This record gives sequence, structure tokens and C-alpha cells, in this order.
Amino acid sequence: MAHHKEEINSEKETLQHTRRKFFKISTALTAVALIPSKILKAAEDNVDEKVAERFEKQTLTLEVNGVQQTLSVEPRVTLLDLLREQLKLTGSKKGCDHGQCGACTVHVNGQRVLSCLSLAVMQNGKKIATIEGLAKGDDLHPMQAAFIKYDGFQCGYCTPGQIMSAVACVREGHADNEDEIRQYMSGNICRCGAYPNIVKAITEAKQKGEV
Amino acid sequence: MINFNYVKPSTQKAVTDTLGKDATAQIIAGGTNLVDLMKRGVTAPEKLVDITGLPLKNIEQQKGFVRIGTLALNSEVAESELILKKFPLLAKALNAGASPQLRNMATVGGNMMQRTRCSYFYDTAMPCNKRKAGTGCGALKGYNRMHAIFGTTENCIAVHPSDMCIALVALDAIVVISGKAERRIPFADFHRLAGTNPDKDNTLQRGEMITAIEIPDNDALAKNTVYLKVRDRASYAFALISVAAALDVKDGNIAAVRLAMGGVAHKPWRLTAAENFLKGKVPSTENFKQAAAIAMKDAKGFGHNNFKLKLAPNTIIQALTTVSTQA
Repeated sequence: MAHHKEEINSEKETLQHTRRKFFKISTALTAVALIPSKILKAAEDNVDEKVAERFEKQTLTLEVNGVQQTLSVEPRVTLLDLLREQLKLTGSKKGCDHGQCGACTVHVNGQRVLSCLSLAVMQNGKKIATIEGLAKGDDLHPMQAAFIKYDGFQCGYCTPGQIMSAVACVREGHADNEDEIRQYMSGNICRCGAYPNIVKAITEAKQKGEV
Repeated sequence: MINFNYVKPSTQKAVTDTLGKDATAQIIAGGTNLVDLMKRGVTAPEKLVDITGLPLKNIEQQKGFVRIGTLALNSEVAESELILKKFPLLAKALNAGASPQLRNMATVGGNMMQRTRCSYFYDTAMPCNKRKAGTGCGALKGYNRMHAIFGTTENCIAVHPSDMCIALVALDAIVVISGKAERRIPFADFHRLAGTNPDKDNTLQRGEMITAIEIPDNDALAKNTVYLKVRDRASYAFALISVAAALDVKDGNIAAVRLAMGGVAHKPWRLTAAENFLKGKVPSTENFKQAAAIAMKDAKGFGHNNFKLKLAPNTIIQALTTVSTQA
């Protein structure tokens, strides 16, 4: 089964453009083994158009970092994949892809959420802010500057999520002391263990009051 | 993730009609558990019914109770002035769960509907009666450190993972369910024990959805409350044991007490016998120890989780000690 999944995935790019054609010509067991019974039945009945319906892309309008975007996605595409693959905003990271690490943290309508567990189709009409939208031109956001000043990272992979979460943490009013910061930043894992410096950076950014 | 159809109805009736007609359809709201389960192949709905367009988000005082719409976010409930004033226990339980990001996404109804985090349920290569009926329970003789000690059967020893639900069962909440007709059931009757069909987590019928939670006013239970959660790290971990406690002491005696425990059973575990024992008694360590012993009657370990047989009563005693010092 896993092997079949890989085969399907490797064809993803092609599939996105030629799904209808794919299903019309394909009798491959790989596909048949994976699709739910109803579709299977439809496929057997040669109702290929119906099969294709499920994979039809949906149109969606988003404001990403202040820019209106009209996009088209399959229902299964997550907000994280949409940002990274379609909009090429690769700042938001795919760490665990299961909502456990926080590396994919973005703001939706001003609230921090996990983009890896958010379906893109459900974000229609919403405002998304990612790490790419924080700085104003060459001027870093105060939280970015504080992370650099205090060395709030080593490898940097978790950093975009940490910073987006940290900005929200301060704006929510959950950064009054070290314990509170640690508690309200616990959804962002740093495997390099830069936590003490992350806490210092957030403390200073909060005190400066520009977040 | 296997692809699916996506619909976003604008009326409650359209949601319940769709669920009634299509057995492979599932509701999505916050998606924090469902999307994860779909990515892992644990569940594969053919249709997702997005209910986030429905007006079911309000938290409001009504006559004799507070009503919380099913779509209220966990973070919204935890930070609601009304909830903090009247049901601080609920706010404490919510803040003990998940992470800020997840609490900003997860809804009240979704919290109730979340599935167990049993690793055998999540691993599709393993047997699991909850995921696939009749395949057996991998945890029973496997690695069962996180598992249940109450109400278990050889079919399933999974625990319900919610913190919020532990507070709600302690507060005698009512679940408002909508389907062909509307019905109200006590929170304690919403989730169920595994029995012979662990695939069913709760008593919701096909074509039904949760629309709200109603918590009866009870100011006495807002005074001294604690949600004590023991876990592997200080934050952002599921409970090994958790205890929700509310205590009202009058003239030196316990006038009212509520106790419920998480991390121990297939459903939120209300400690009714221990509550009955404590009523009218002096809030003393000796009485708390006896109450904990009563609560632990019929507890059973499965090897790796035997430590819970000690940790659970100790957590009960600690929670009661904490609320009695507040009083």
C-alpha cells in the first residue's frame, strides 16, 4: 500500500493538470486500490466524469500578507501546502505535518494557527499572515530583530513558526513573565533547544512595546 | 491524504440531512484531529461537511444556565469573561489542553468528538477494534502506558484524551444535539464505554450533530476549583492522570464537591461515589485519602500503566488538598 502511495505521489505534478485524462485512460490497480468504494463503483461503470468531479479544484480568494490572491485547490490541500507550493512562500515550514511541532504557525485573521492542519478551502475570504509579511522592506519586525540579538535559534528550521507564535503571544497578552511565555510558547518545539534565548527575545520585544 | 468532496452548507438542516443520507460524510470544523487522522489514513471520509458557516459560536447567559455554541473555539471559551467568572474550572481545563495554536482552531464540539490518541489506533499496520472492528486490541498486551484503568474490556483499553470534557462532566453540563429532532442529554451519557463495539466513542446517532453545551448555574462550584493535570512534560502533552475538582465548604464541612478524572477511561470519568462519601464531612487529609480509595475501587492496570494505580489516588488527594486550602 505504501509503495502504491508513493507511485501516486510521484505523479502528483502531472495529475494536477491531467486528472480527467488520467482517470479515463487508467485501469491501474494502484489507483483502484486507493480510492473509496463509491468512486470505484463509478469507475467500473465508466462514469469517468463523476470520478473526475472529486478532484475538481475549487476557487478560493485569500489575502496573503496584504495581497489578494485568487487560487484554485483540491479540497485536500492544506493551507501550508498552498503557501509553500502554489505561492512559493516557503518561510512557513513543514516540520511534523501533524500539528505537533508548530513550525507551520501562521496568523489567520490575526490569530495564530497551524497551517498544516488547516484545509485551504476552509480559509476562503480570510487574511493570512506569514513570516514573509512581518518585515517592512529591509526593516526587520522587532520580534525578528530580537531573535537575532539574543540568538534565539541554531538551525533555524523552527524559527519562522517560533516568531509568528511569539508575535501572537505578545499581542494576546500572554508574555508578562518567563513562566507565561514558556507556557504560551509550548506549541513550538525547538530541537536545538534555543528556548532560553527565545524567552529572552520575546521578553525584550514585549518590553519595547512595538509588537 | 485521500481526496474527498467538500461542502459548506448554510443551514443546520442541510448539515444533518447530508450526514443522514451519506454514511461516509463527516463534519469538519477546527479539523485539528480529523485532518491529522485523514493524513495518517486512520479515517477516509468521502465527504467533508464544513459547519463553520453556521451561527453556533455564541457563549451566553440564559435563564439558569450558560449556553456555549458548538463552534466556540477552545481559546474563546477559556478567555470568556462569563466562563472565567462562573465556571473557572472549565477555563482551567481548556488551558491545560493542547497548544495556543490548536486552541485557536479547535471547537467545543470538535473537542468532544476527538478520537483517542492510542498509538495502536493511529498505526494502521496494527490491530485496533476501534479503527477496524474485529481486528483485536494491540494495546492490551502491547505498550499500554497511556491506557485506561477503569471500565476496560479486552476489546479496548483506550482513553478519551480531552481535558475540557473532564471539567464539563464535573459541572453536570448538558449536550444539545440536533438531528431529525432536538434532544438534550447529560454530559456523562454522551461518551460511552468501549463495551463490545469500541468503534463507537459516543452516543451520537447518524444524522445528528452537537449544537451546544449548556452548563447549569452553580455559584458554589465556582469558588474553589482546580484542574490538576499530571503529564510527561510541563505543557502540551496528554494527561497521564488529570483531576477536575470543585469544592464548597460551609461551617467547616463540605457542602458540595465535584470530582472527575481524565486519562483513566474510555469516557470522562466522574467520581460519584467519592463525592457522596465527602459530602457533609470535614475537608481533612484522612477523608481525602478515603475518598481516593473509594474512587479507585475496580481500577485495573495492564502492565505499563500500573503506575496509574498509585498516581491516580495521589492526584485526587492533591487536587482535593489544593481546593480545600483555597477554601
